[in-house]
This record gives sequence, C-alpha cells and structure tokens, in this order.
Amino acid sequence: MNDFRLPLGTIVEGFIDWITDTFGFFFDFIRAAFDGAYELVDFLLVTPPFWVIIVLAAGLALATRGWKFMVGTILGLTVIVGVDQWENAMDTLALVLVASVLAIAFSLPLGILAAKSTVASNIIRPILDFMQTMPAFVYLIPALILFRVGVVPGIVATIIFAMAPGVRLTELGIRGVDREVVEAGQAFGASPWRILRQIQLPLAMPTIMAGINQVIMLSLSMVVIAGMVGAGGLGADVVASLNRIDVALGFEAGLAVVILAIFLDRLTAALGTGDTPLGRILAARKRRSQQALAA
Amino acid sequence: MTETIAVKADRLYKAFGRRPHEVVKKMKAGSSRDEVSSLGTAAVIDASFEVHRGEIFVVMGLSGSGKSTLIRMLNGLLDATSGTVTVAGQPITGIPAAQLRDVRRKNISMVFQHFALLPHRSVIDNVAYGLEVQGMGREERLAKARTIIRLVGLDGWADSLPSELSGGMQQRVGLGRALAADTDVLLMDEAFSALDPLIRREMQEQLIELQAELGKTIIFITHDLNEAMFLGDRIAVMRDGRIVQIGTPEEILTDPANDYVAQFVQDVDRARVLTAASVMEPVRAVVTTTGGPRAALRIMRDFQTSAAFVLNRDGSFAGVVRDRDVLKLVKAGDADLRSIILGDAVSVSPDAPLVELVEPSVESDLAIAVVDEKKRLLGVIPRVTLLAALGNVSTNTGDLPVIEPAATISVSMITETLRETALEGAAL
Repeated sequence: MNDFRLPLGTIVEGFIDWITDTFGFFFDFIRAAFDGAYELVDFLLVTPPFWVIIVLAAGLALATRGWKFMVGTILGLTVIVGVDQWENAMDTLALVLVASVLAIAFSLPLGILAAKSTVASNIIRPILDFMQTMPAFVYLIPALILFRVGVVPGIVATIIFAMAPGVRLTELGIRGVDREVVEAGQAFGASPWRILRQIQLPLAMPTIMAGINQVIMLSLSMVVIAGMVGAGGLGADVVASLNRIDVALGFEAGLAVVILAIFLDRLTAALGTGDTPLGRILAARKRRSQQALAA
Repeated sequence: MTETIAVKADRLYKAFGRRPHEVVKKMKAGSSRDEVSSLGTAAVIDASFEVHRGEIFVVMGLSGSGKSTLIRMLNGLLDATSGTVTVAGQPITGIPAAQLRDVRRKNISMVFQHFALLPHRSVIDNVAYGLEVQGMGREERLAKARTIIRLVGLDGWADSLPSELSGGMQQRVGLGRALAADTDVLLMDEAFSALDPLIRREMQEQLIELQAELGKTIIFITHDLNEAMFLGDRIAVMRDGRIVQIGTPEEILTDPANDYVAQFVQDVDRARVLTAASVMEPVRAVVTTTGGPRAALRIMRDFQTSAAFVLNRDGSFAGVVRDRDVLKLVKAGDADLRSIILGDAVSVSPDAPLVELVEPSVESDLAIAVVDEKKRLLGVIPRVTLLAALGNVSTNTGDLPVIEPAATISVSMITETLRETALEGAAL
C-alpha cells in the first residue's frame, strides 16, 4: 500500500512539456504581445517627469471623488518619490494596468456567458474555484517555463489569479438584475444583445465595477509575487529585501505598494458607484441643454 | 382589419419542472394536478378563450392560480407546453424568436406589476423605449413620447428619473411606454396592485377613459375582484391553473359557475357592479296619457297597486299617477290624466349602477323607472327589488311577491267609483 501514489504531479509536468513543445510558437507570440503592451504602458508612465504623472493622477482623483482624494493622491505619490521608489512604482503600475485590462477583457465575456447559460456557469465555477485557491506561486512555475523569465510570466500568472472575481461578480450582477425589467425589454421585442447592452449591463454595472475593483486589487497583490520571476518593479525590491533581510528597503517598497493599492481601490470604487463629481457636472450640463431644447 | 378576435388562446397548458410534457400528457389523460406533482407543476391547465378587439378582458385569480403564467404565454415570454396562442390572427406559439420579437414590437405590449422601468433612463426615454426597439429615429420617437406623456398626465416630468416619481406616477410611465408602442393589445400584469387604494382607483378610472379614447384591447390580470368587476367587459376567473368561469361581471355575480366563484363574489360591492338593467322588473301598471283616468284606475285596481306609470302617445315615459289623484279626477269627471302626473318620478338609465339608485329609492316609495336614451320605459325597480339585489337574496320567495307599493284605496271603493262615473258618463 505504501507504494501507491497518484502520479498527478508527473502528469501535469508531462502535459506542460508537451504544450511547450507543441505550441511553442503560440506562447512566443503571446510573450511578444504582452511584452510589447507592457513596454508601451511602462514607457508612457516612466518617460514623463514624475510631477506630470502626479498632476494627471490628481486630476483623475478630483474628477472621481473630489478634492480630499486629490490631496491624498498628491501626498501619497510624493511619498513614493521621496523614498525613491517612483520608477519601481511606475513599472508595477504598468504591470497592474496591463494585467488588469487583460483580466477584465477575459472575465467580462466569461461572466456574461455564465449569466446567460446555467451550463456554462456550472462549468466555469469550479474552474474559477481552482484558479483562485491554488497557491499563487504555483502559477509562476508553468508560466516561467512557457514564457521564460521576465515580465510576461508575471502578467500571465496575475491574469489567472485575478480573473476569478471579475467573472463571478459579472455573473452575479447580471443575474441580479430585476427579472421584470429584463422581461420588459423582452416584452417590447428587444433582442438579447440589446437587452444585454441597454438593460443588463447598465443595471449590473455597480456589481461589475466591484468585480473590476477586486481584479485590480488582486493584480496588485500578485505583481509583488511576480517579482520572484523577474517581473521587476516594486516586487523585485520586496523580494530583494526579503533575501537580504533589509527592513528599510522592504518597508519603503511595501509602503509604495500600499499607496498604489489605496489609490487604485478608491479610484475604481468611485467609478463603481456611478456617482462622481465629473459625472454630476456632465449630467447637469446635459439636463440644461435638454431643457433648452424642450423650451 | 376586420378581424374581431385580437387574442385567442386554444387549450393552453403550461407545466414547470423536470418533465413538463409528461405532466401535460397526463393531465390531458385525466390525471389531477396532485397526481402529477412528482413530475412537475401544472401552472396553467387547458385554458381557452377569445379576446375581442377593443375589449377589457380581465383574468382574475388568487396568487398561485396561474394567471401570471397565463399572461406571459400570450406574448411568448413563457412558451406554452401545449396549445396555441393567436395574436391578430397570427399564431405565436412555436415560431422562431426573431418572428416572436416582431409580434411583440408590433402587436402586443405589456405593463408590469412593479413597473419594470429602466431606472437609468429618464421618463421620456422610458416611454420611448418601445419605439426605440422598433427602430424609430430619435427626434420622431421623442416627439411621440411627449404626446403620450401628456396623455397619461405626466407633463413636466419628462426629464426626471423614475426614482424621482411616486409609485402611481411610475406606473403612468409604464402605461405610457406600453401606449407609445402603439400596439393593439396591452397586457397588464397586476398593473395597479402595487399602488395605494386611492391611486389605484384613479388609475382604473383613467385606464377606462384611455381605453374608450384609444380603443385598445386590454388583457388585465388582477387578484382583486372589485378591480376585475370595475374594469372588465368580461372576466375569466382562474383557480388552480384552470379557468373556472368566463363571463361579464354581472353574469359572474348573478350566476356563478360553482361554489368557489360564488364564495369569491360574495364580498363584492354589488351596488357598484350591478346595473339598473340587470335587476329591473317588467312594468305592469302602464297607462297612456290618451287612455284617460278611468282606464288608469281600472289597471291599478287589477294590479292592486297605488301608482301607475304613464306613457306619452309616442311611447316615451311621462311620469307616475297615484290612485288617490286618479280617483279624484274620475269623480270630478275630468278626462285629462296629464294634470295629475307626478313629474318628480325618478327615471334612470339602464347602465346606472345600483349605488346611484339607493338615494332616490329612500326618498320616494314610488318604483324607479328605467328608461333608455329615447325615454322609452324599459322596466321599473321597486324598493324591494333594489334591497333584494343589494342583499343578494332572491325576490322569488313566494307566488305573489309584494314588489310594488300596496294600494291605498280598497278595491271595492274603486269599483264603486268606476260604476258611478260610468253611469254619469252614460247619462251625459
């Protein structure tokens, strides 16, 4: 009995080997595409002087939440500059943005599919459970094999790890839309696509935005881990400080992560409520022009 | 379009659960609902009816009776498990989804219990929604929506969001949305049930006005019998998935198909549903103005009543004469009945609800005359008849029901007078 052992690990290893051999060109393509996307975003964030980025971020903060958030953003980002983590932070931000956008791009359609079809939902749900609960480091191994050391395995591992809440909350949001309102769309002869676009997505938007918020937060926590596979950015410094038991570096890099996280969280959460200062101004202007039109 | 049937349901079944078709097969073979409950729930069983164009057809039943399922089969929101639905002469059961959407756009719209407005769109965009789906251009549909908004009484709210409106106003938006789509048929699913009683009454009255103005065919679902009786030209009563009776409100009230319906209708405010025409009695003591007082007196003696209804020469209702007055007239030898006609006799139209008859009936012991628009006397409603109708008791309790005010002068006295005056007349 002691000889009995399920060779699961060996099977998976063989599978990964087989994939590498067979679809190598495909992974090379993905590698090039993700790498290109990352380089582009990173270039945009790192090239301008830091204060340009801070001004842009502050403007965004003002538009979404108001002046308090703006002040907080300026202070936070200045602290990052002050502890000399600006370039690392921008690398990390680029990684988070690319990974989040891709994760959202995959999770929204999957979430919609799961909401529309119970069969799809039943298939997708256990896969999401698997993706979310498997220790995050484990993704790094095949990602490392498939994409070699660098930014790309970090992005891929991040996407897989961060996708789940996007899919789940999209499905939940769409399924949670008042049945009668959807019926109203149907009763007036709207097509499923129109119902999705005009009724289900707008009404599910707060939930979907909560999902997107979660995707971004998970991405951020994952990119630090991705530092272990050479993804660079703040993650690299955190890993380095761990290896060197360097409390000072660890704290500074970690603090930069926290500041980025808070900024991104508050920003996306404000978008999720659909009630932003900029939105209010636009709505008021629209209403005025409509009244002028009606008069 | 000469088609007079707007919506037709033919042997409709709807079952939910694991094996709906088997449920229906067994139900058709005579199984009861409980016997097939392990296979699924039969929500609608063998429903057949026709709704005429321009009619308000009410489906009435308690919750769980299958009425909401039934109405959702009429526009294909739910597929019938068996049977056919025909809208504007076109079958809509088993047709492709695209074709079904076309029917919904052109022929049949819906008003929902909880309004089902798009919360992120303004009132006017909600009202124009059906037109938008139909593919109408923005300017055109907004212009049309504006007229509808005026029609349903929401002037000045066009740019508000639904959440800024009260429940009654939100349902006006829902109604406006259905009216704007300009379909012949309107399905209304418990449309007023979520509203306060006062607002509900107001909406009911407005619906009837709109229907008279626009001539829509309305299929209205409700659990409120008073609402059904008030709105319905015809009512289908549902119980446990089956339609147990279809008829006019009066038919349902006066001739319930079974104990269930009878029990249901016993609490209805009969005074508002029953009309004068449905309870009136044939007129017995009738005289014409040309007949003279002697004929009048003889008729009153024969029917043993104290009053007679007088008709003009063209058959129109002139009024009532009392036996005392006629007697005096005869004794005086006057031949003209018109001088003693009581002009204050109450006459009502056949459509008048009984509630309007109570007050005149209290004020005068004379029977109320029911006359049509040409003033022809159709029948009378004595006080006893009115009471019997309101109290839901049969008037046929004895061989000779006392339904008219009893004679105040004895028969022998009338006979005597008649004989005397006859002699006088002969002597002259």
